[in-house]
Amino acid sequence: MPGEFNFSAEPSHPFSFPFPALSATMMGFFNNGAHMADFILRVNGSERKVRVSPETPLLWVLRDTLQLTGTKFGCGAGLCGACTVHVEGESTRSCSIPVSQVAGKTVTTIEGLASNGQHPLQAAWIAEEVPQCGYCQSGQIMAAAALLAKTANPTEDQIATAMSGNLCRCGTYDRIRRAIKRAAQPGGAR
Amino acid sequence: MTPLSRRDFIAAGAAAGAGLVIGFYLPHGTNESTGGVFSPNAYLKISPDNKVTVVVARSEMGQGVRTSLPMILAEELEADWKQIQIEQAGASTLFGDQTTGGSASVRTTWDPMRRAGAVAREMLISAGALHFGVARASCKAENGVILHAASNRRATYGELASKAATLPIPTDVQLKSAKEYKIVGKPLPRLDTPPKVNGSAEYGIDFRIPDMKYAVLARCPIFGGKVASFDDKESKKVGGVSYVGKLTDSSIAVVADSVWSALEGRRLLQVSWDEGPNKDMNSAAILQALRASISNKAATLYATGDVTKVSGRRIEAAYELPFMAHAPMEPGNATAHFQGSKCEIWAPTQVPQDVRDSAATALGLDSDNVKVNVLLIGGGFGRRLEHDYAVEAALVSKAINGPVKVIWTREDDMRNSVYRPASYHKLSAVLDGQGFPIAFTHHVVSPSISAQKGSPGEGGVDPDLKDEAALVYSFPNALVEYIDVQTPVPLGWMRSVYALQVGFASECFIDELAAAAGKDPLAYRLHLLQKDEDIKYFDATWRTARMRGVVQLAADKAGWGKPLPATHYRGIACFGSFSTYMAQIVELSVEGDQPRIHRIVGAMDCGQVINPNILEQQIHGGVIYGLANALRAKITIEKGRVVQGNFDDYAPLRMNEVPPVEAYFVESSEAPSGAGEPPIPPLAPAICNAMYAATKKRIRALPILG
Repeated sequence: MPGEFNFSAEPSHPFSFPFPALSATMMGFFNNGAHMADFILRVNGSERKVRVSPETPLLWVLRDTLQLTGTKFGCGAGLCGACTVHVEGESTRSCSIPVSQVAGKTVTTIEGLASNGQHPLQAAWIAEEVPQCGYCQSGQIMAAAALLAKTANPTEDQIATAMSGNLCRCGTYDRIRRAIKRAAQPGGAR
Repeated sequence: MTPLSRRDFIAAGAAAGAGLVIGFYLPHGTNESTGGVFSPNAYLKISPDNKVTVVVARSEMGQGVRTSLPMILAEELEADWKQIQIEQAGASTLFGDQTTGGSASVRTTWDPMRRAGAVAREMLISAGALHFGVARASCKAENGVILHAASNRRATYGELASKAATLPIPTDVQLKSAKEYKIVGKPLPRLDTPPKVNGSAEYGIDFRIPDMKYAVLARCPIFGGKVASFDDKESKKVGGVSYVGKLTDSSIAVVADSVWSALEGRRLLQVSWDEGPNKDMNSAAILQALRASISNKAATLYATGDVTKVSGRRIEAAYELPFMAHAPMEPGNATAHFQGSKCEIWAPTQVPQDVRDSAATALGLDSDNVKVNVLLIGGGFGRRLEHDYAVEAALVSKAINGPVKVIWTREDDMRNSVYRPASYHKLSAVLDGQGFPIAFTHHVVSPSISAQKGSPGEGGVDPDLKDEAALVYSFPNALVEYIDVQTPVPLGWMRSVYALQVGFASECFIDELAAAAGKDPLAYRLHLLQKDEDIKYFDATWRTARMRGVVQLAADKAGWGKPLPATHYRGIACFGSFSTYMAQIVELSVEGDQPRIHRIVGAMDCGQVINPNILEQQIHGGVIYGLANALRAKITIEKGRVVQGNFDDYAPLRMNEVPPVEAYFVESSEAPSGAGEPPIPPLAPAICNAMYAATKKRIRALPILG
């Protein structure tokens, strides 16, 4: 017997997609993403104008529209952290925030973490030879950078807590811990 | 001098511009025959600008082949490591097998890589002697130059490469001894690290070409089901959606100008599925079918003595494991551009030639008209040994007559994947007066991956079992048998393949025997391994001395027998797979009925270590993958479909759950063996054995957390 199947029937999860808090005027303006709108984002120090449907997650705006592919797609549900960026300095899952909520805000991706790719964490990641496949590492570094920005010298527990939203299937956790501790040392990362 | 064997055929010639090219052959499997036809699948190029390029078809998926393989060649070449670069080869009919898998990259390339380097070195020495006009014996190769010490003259490899290309290929070359190594065995930094920390590394999912569209597919969630009908009215209203159409019997493609629009289009698609013959299938019934097949005709994997002629105290136990999913971080994807009579594909794949041939068949083209480019892989674990994602991309590209990237979501990957087969194991032993086995029997019941894919092994033996089910203890009477029970669940090779299941059952059972004998689990294993013996298992020879070595090393490092905090307990397990010996000791406490793991000590003997830095990564990775497999990995099938969907209900381990992992390895100049997969099998039994030490209750099914 044929069964109806609707792809909106994904399982619910604790970080379910936060549907955009849209203004009333905009709500009446589009249907099923058919209508586009302009948004201005401040990405890695530059003002970028994008024309996309307002509910588009920031992740896809970064990857498809702005071609900043260092931010990765892993789960689409805020569960794995591969898409971690900073919005106004806060560690944010770009797969789970619509572009409409980021309009006018400052967004930092792995490409803009340091002008020369030499953020102390990036240097520490190289010194500790952290990456294996490397796919999750942009998100790991962005999560670690948000941690160090608030807690300059984190304890083991603080590192584990802050980094537990970021999955790695290659098992690089030991070296991530080492790299964060290295970067946190005065003059660290070398 | 070591004569070249038939397998080491080497061809040399001038490079397209100038310089030297050496073509050589890297076998994929340890038992592979070249069939007498020399078709090189790897190249060493030395160009006049003094660059040494290794062109090799081994996909980089985190295991470090883009560093470790050139190290092997550079060692014999006497190259300057700084002049080495590696180039990824795409699929070519000119190439031999290009598969990356089976923990085979180092162990199968060790000899040919060294010989290619040595042949080039000898040709460069000859070219140097001619260049200087001196006797060949007065020249030597060192750090990328040929030296004539007497006249204090030197020439770089780049300067000599074109001349070397005109010289005959030496038929025998002297390989270096381990004590002469300058590169092999050193913890050199990986060449691929810097781009992986600044976002510039280009994975399959990041690749783009001009005018490329994005596609997602609605695939039938029921194994074996089909599309009955669909309504795409709402899908087509989504801005950016340019195409919706049935792609195969069981899938519909939604194409748009962005991933998000394609996903939105798919979300609004209404599909009616013909659920097909498996709509009532569930994993509990499959496991019941495996159990019920225990008396079916079996294929013998290993037999010695006669287990039926022994009497004494008999111990029996049964174990079972669920289906599991690879779940690499980078979801499935591939990019294709169909152009009428030809097609180009860019894929993060472990099997470029299978991708080429399968896409060609699907498109109705000759393989020669399909070009496959291999991109960086965001985690393989065996999932990219399939060609599904790439064939889909090729078909969508043909349907829309333009370039397209197909992307899978996490839920697609969890529910429409291929899975590690479930298994059922029955073990029995007869113990002597001291409690040691005089007979040992293990029956493995599990669907054959190769048989499902149309290549059943000879005599009903799944070919993977030859690397993954060796018995590493020498018993006077032993029998290991395998029973294939096919199910409709699609199967794939997942990191360590059957070694996970076989190792779990065998090493839990050995622990049960030690307990029955009233003996310490470490002392019991060391007793079983005390005599130096060779155990022949298919083409491999397993040596008890080497297993004893890793068991002892792990015990020494873990401080086995030393006092622990009051609530802490240890468990041990050891297993051999992919020609490598591995022992692990886990220290844990039990809270409620759940393990809290405090420490993991792993000891490996994989022969000659190429790069200890990368080997430590592989051990960490294997242990943590194995830990996730042991604790939580379970794919459940209900009503013909996979229940789990994302990382909430199929949850890998997070940093706060992972204890420090200590990785040790034996210093050895034995030929190198596998490293990526052998750390996995001992993990689950070591945990279960430690939990028994803590609770006196046996765990005989995975996952441990149910």
